[in-house]
Amino acid sequence: MKLKPEVRQDRPSTRRVQGIRGRVQLFSIKSSPFTITMSLRVLVGVKRVIDYAVKIRVRPDKLGVVTDGVKHSMNPFDEIAIEEAVRLKEKKIAKEVVAISCGPTQAQETIRTALAMGADRGIHVEIPAKEVEKLEPLHVAKIMAKLVEQEKADLVVLGKQAIDDDSNATAQMTAALLDWPQATFASKIEKTDGELQVTREVDGGLEIIKVKLPAVVSADLRLNEPRYATLPNIMKAKKKKIAKMKAADLGVDTSPHFEVLDVADPPVREAGIKVEDVDTLVTKLKDAGRI
Amino acid sequence: MPVMLSFSRGVLKCCNGISKFTSRLEPCVTKLGMMGLTSPHRHYVTSLNPSHGLTEEQVAIYQLATDFAVKEMLPNMAIWDEKELFPVDTMRAAAALGFGAIYASEEYGGTGLSRLDASIIFEALSKGCTSTTAYISIHNMCAWMIDHFGNSSQKEQWIPQLAAMEKFASYCLTEPGSGSDAASLSTTAKRDGSDLILNGSKAFISGGGDTDVYLVMCRTGGQGPKGISCVLVEKGTPGLSFGKKEKKVGWNSQPTRMVIFEDCRVPASNIIGSEGQGFNIAMKGLNGGRINIASCSLGAAQASIEAAVDYVKVRKQFSKPLSSFQNTQFRLAEMGTEVVASRLLVRNAAQALQDDHPDTVALCSMAKYFVTERCFQVINEALQLHGGYGYLKDYPVQQYLRDSRVHMILEGTNEVMRLLIARHILSEWK
Repeated sequence: MKLKPEVRQDRPSTRRVQGIRGRVQLFSIKSSPFTITMSLRVLVGVKRVIDYAVKIRVRPDKLGVVTDGVKHSMNPFDEIAIEEAVRLKEKKIAKEVVAISCGPTQAQETIRTALAMGADRGIHVEIPAKEVEKLEPLHVAKIMAKLVEQEKADLVVLGKQAIDDDSNATAQMTAALLDWPQATFASKIEKTDGELQVTREVDGGLEIIKVKLPAVVSADLRLNEPRYATLPNIMKAKKKKIAKMKAADLGVDTSPHFEVLDVADPPVREAGIKVEDVDTLVTKLKDAGRI
Repeated sequence: MPVMLSFSRGVLKCCNGISKFTSRLEPCVTKLGMMGLTSPHRHYVTSLNPSHGLTEEQVAIYQLATDFAVKEMLPNMAIWDEKELFPVDTMRAAAALGFGAIYASEEYGGTGLSRLDASIIFEALSKGCTSTTAYISIHNMCAWMIDHFGNSSQKEQWIPQLAAMEKFASYCLTEPGSGSDAASLSTTAKRDGSDLILNGSKAFISGGGDTDVYLVMCRTGGQGPKGISCVLVEKGTPGLSFGKKEKKVGWNSQPTRMVIFEDCRVPASNIIGSEGQGFNIAMKGLNGGRINIASCSLGAAQASIEAAVDYVKVRKQFSKPLSSFQNTQFRLAEMGTEVVASRLLVRNAAQALQDDHPDTVALCSMAKYFVTERCFQVINEALQLHGGYGYLKDYPVQQYLRDSRVHMILEGTNEVMRLLIARHILSEWK
């Protein structure tokens, strides 16, 4: 599969737009009443990030946050992505789920968690600890695209964004590099006739689109509730294989494209003021340029 | 290599009969083996972070149990305590993950993990609700007793249901007249054809009245421990009734009732193990139960010290956070040390039990009395560090305190633990 670096325009796809006030059906969509067994190979990206409950502290050199000794876990949106892939396998739509992580040695723990949730095997693209911070969505997208080619995957499911950098770019870039359709911010995925019908959560409401396979999907919060790994699955996960490789083995150059200049805490919230009546409130708001 | 050499050099000093230090590892390993030190667990470090010193798989298990505890149990622990609710659904959800029969063998549906795995699971779950976790550990103990001593038809019938917590189990040893003097129990089980007729009563039974399966130690033979058998009685059997639900200081998420037998007829095939083996079964079950209870205390202490640390960093008096006062720092230092020492004792005892070490009974007893006492003190100190707020039910520390107080009393009082350790030291130790 040839990789095209330039971004193509979105492919036309049948759309049903559901706004806040109601549904406008523009096209009718035929869907098969029967479940079709498919054998998709699904690649899922899982990222090891600082645990969401940890209090983040800025590093003394102000170029990043403290990560040493800090609790890390799987990016919550990636947990949702794995859960969705495993559900597709249980519905016999997917035949294999491969969990992929680009990160330091400890990323293997994250892959093991994915295996314990039901992924079949893992791929660990080892990034030296010092370079992990500088890894960008474009690098990961290139790695994913190369792995898609190698593994002959039919579907890529990623979390919509990582909670450490909030980039929200990897899924989109991966789709562009592969010249595949993308269905981002998915809150529901259904299979119809060799295509996917995906409900997307957008600012205006819910948008339902149909995408042809192969495709890239990014998981949003309400797509599903990830399962707990069970103890027997944790024990089984030990036996599942994790292939190890480096970015260079895939021909991907991970030199950074941008440089972080400064990292600082958000400004401390200032105290508010009380006003006596509505007129004063309006005046103050006008003075502050708010209205 | 240098690390191993200095370790083995230290060990070699203790070995009798070694005159020459050798740089080759092999003889050191043999000597280590003689001292029972080739277990890989020796080379792990235990610390304040409960995940340290565990294998990769155990870290994943600990993480799973913690996630479950924080999401499913912690938000509810105060309500379960206040309303005295037995959280059947939450426990079944835990069982679905494999927490119902953790160290029973996989053959009939147990999870087949080790005692150490069980210890870290209970330690993690205790943060969510110590009382519920303690009941789960009792249920696990009963499942193991059936798994280890039962015959195949008993195991086939009960282990799957207990592992999934479709049915809940209770352990019935204590009576109104026999607590520490357990061997003097007086509930009788007289033969009548192919049945046993049970008469007597059991006191302080955790889960009593709400659980489905009762493992009852009763007297089938003469006086003393050798006349005791372990009999399985199902709820609903005619002649089985329950006393009133006791009102307790803590452990309120599990009901405690007297279990009363009045001409209760049970088939003799419900005897677990052989006749006269009951006391042995009860004590073997309790060895593990003691580690589990100690693990619950440890988990509660860990949660309390974490809460205290968070609190003292935030609370200010005299224009300074409490964490800047040396008294606070010294208290936290002592608490942290007690918790790490407790963790070492519990995990060591769990490993001893797993390996069937000759000192198992003494080590489990040491772990039980030391950990339950010291961790209670840690939780008490944590409450003190919270000041007045620690006394309010809005904060969880008081519940950890009330729940862990009884750990010094049940599954063998700490006084009985001292008896067992002294017996071991005075007789077989050397």
